[in-house]
Amino acid sequence: MQKVVDIMKKRALQLLEQGTVNRVLGWKNGDFTYDQTPAVFNSKEEVNELVYNDFSAANLSKYLIAETKKEGKILAFLKPCDTYSFNQLIKEHRINRENVYVIGVECQGKVDVEKVRALGAKGVTGVEVDGETVTAHTLYGDKTFTKESVLMEKCLACKGKTHMAYDELIIVNPVEDKKNDRFKQVEELENMTPDERFAFWQGQLSKCIRCNACRNVCPACSCLKCVFDNPNSGVASKAVPDTFEEQLFHVIRAFHVAGRCTDCGECSRVCPQNIPLHLLNRKFIKDINKFYGEYQAGADTETRAPLTNFTKEDVEPSVISDKGGKA
Amino acid sequence: MLKINKSNLEKLFNAISEKQNLYIPCNVNGKTNYAVYGEGAQVDLETLKTVKSAKEVFFPQCEDIVSFKRNGKAVEVIDVRKESEDFTVFGVRACDLKSFEILDTVFLSEPVDTYYQTKREHGTVVTLACNYPEESCFCHTFGINASEPKGDVTCWFAGDFLYWQANTEKGLNLTKTVESLFEKATAKDEKEVETEKKEIEKRTEKLPLYDLTTEGWGKDSVLLEKFNSPLWQSLSEACLGCGACTFVCPTCQCYDIKDFDKGHGIQRYRCWDSCMYNDFTMMAHGTPRPTQMQRFRQRFMHKLVYYPKNNEGTFGCVGCGRCVEKCPIHMNITKVMKAFGGKKND
Repeated sequence: MQKVVDIMKKRALQLLEQGTVNRVLGWKNGDFTYDQTPAVFNSKEEVNELVYNDFSAANLSKYLIAETKKEGKILAFLKPCDTYSFNQLIKEHRINRENVYVIGVECQGKVDVEKVRALGAKGVTGVEVDGETVTAHTLYGDKTFTKESVLMEKCLACKGKTHMAYDELIIVNPVEDKKNDRFKQVEELENMTPDERFAFWQGQLSKCIRCNACRNVCPACSCLKCVFDNPNSGVASKAVPDTFEEQLFHVIRAFHVAGRCTDCGECSRVCPQNIPLHLLNRKFIKDINKFYGEYQAGADTETRAPLTNFTKEDVEPSVISDKGGKA
Repeated sequence: MLKINKSNLEKLFNAISEKQNLYIPCNVNGKTNYAVYGEGAQVDLETLKTVKSAKEVFFPQCEDIVSFKRNGKAVEVIDVRKESEDFTVFGVRACDLKSFEILDTVFLSEPVDTYYQTKREHGTVVTLACNYPEESCFCHTFGINASEPKGDVTCWFAGDFLYWQANTEKGLNLTKTVESLFEKATAKDEKEVETEKKEIEKRTEKLPLYDLTTEGWGKDSVLLEKFNSPLWQSLSEACLGCGACTFVCPTCQCYDIKDFDKGHGIQRYRCWDSCMYNDFTMMAHGTPRPTQMQRFRQRFMHKLVYYPKNNEGTFGCVGCGRCVEKCPIHMNITKVMKAFGGKKND
């Protein structure tokens, strides 16, 4: 992986030098390799701090909403899945395309340190990835895992290693797309009885601490003022972790991003309580595919999304029951 | 000192919970938080850091304060407080215990917060030493000893036993109700606990954040210099403005008071607030901190400068490291302290 980050740094320096861009958006190291912070690098000196490895999981696209409104052009390093969010934000007129230079970077799937911890590694001070082997250095000795067992949830449902948007690509180690059934978990929920499904979501959503991390990280949640933050909306609430209203927050959010959610998986990645929020969104994606034909938000910047378009072939509301959809 | 075999812990928890509510770290749907012990509870004393801290027992995330009911022109004011009953909270780590002291100075100073006070009076705190501190732990930075938490009762795990040492009258009273389950610890046992404590201290010295220092913080003289530092801009750049850090924090104490309109009346409640939120301390004229940088700065200045300035140098952070683990973009108080270099500013 070292090689990729070296090329990234080199290109960043060149582009800064040429004046093509005046800032660089990437990731910065923390104390333990896995605690990277998205960062804007403003000078050639700062670019030395750029990192990119198996822990650069944060989706940088949303930062471009603010960054592309600033003076000059910014270089953004985007992973394949980040480019879906990027395209979707362009479609929604949130990113100024001319103010960003996109370098697509390769991705072998990111490692989730929470999973490493859940598998029994305590006091993880660093993690090394060598092919399919992940070694966690801990305060109490090393532990090894297969990469598959500690992959980010979002990477298990990878949409592919192809970038949907870029000005240039840096791919040193091409990897083949692995087949995955991203709707399997949704199907499991669909196969539950309504009572079971209600109990499942009640159990998960009652863990919510209403920190809004899911909403604030979500590239589809780009409203300047969220309805839940607006005291005049009548639905603003910072409270009550286990009432019906609280549970509605996530359901309403899922409705709001339906047809626009690219399934980037950031909501579940950042949830401090590990609520599988992506499953709400993925249910909508699955239904949209079923009723309107295959659609992937963020695959392009031009086409009209099924939920914001009208065609004579559109399904009638009754189709949900006609086609065997469960109430 | 008393001892009980680990295999009998369930009996201990049952015995306590027969007489009163027992709050204890439990795994619920995959995550460990303090919960009321009951049938089928999956007690988890392995996890050092519950997602939400133990402060929730005394200062709940959401709490009803008062109710108003309208009947024609009359408005009835209903006190919704219930007389609190005695309860025990078990498994509190040294960092969370210290956070109670910090919350006490806020809520028990005049005017006393009676909602908080009632719970504090009725709660017996049983602490638990941390055998294996984690990489994100830095309680030692604030002078906290993970091997020797106090509280009403202190517990240690060593070998096959849980050791139990009552420290206060409350602790002795609780001990009386469960004494029959324990055996007396021998001199050899006590030596074993001492050895384990020393081991914990040794492990603490090896922690990656062991060198983190509060030097350069906490003094009135550094206030303006820190406040005006250009570093805040870059440190806060990636902040999402979510409340994860504040809601997992054991010392964050800010709350908002809101009303639910129930149609014919009002349910007034208070709930945790976050200085990271854009409507934090929103007033009629707007917010005094309109940018995320200002809100971000507020969180750290509060813990590292304002609070110690007003409280004889006690810092408003206990080094539990929850924010280190939970921040979605991994920006946290240790990175802030390091960015400022821990330099002497006098």
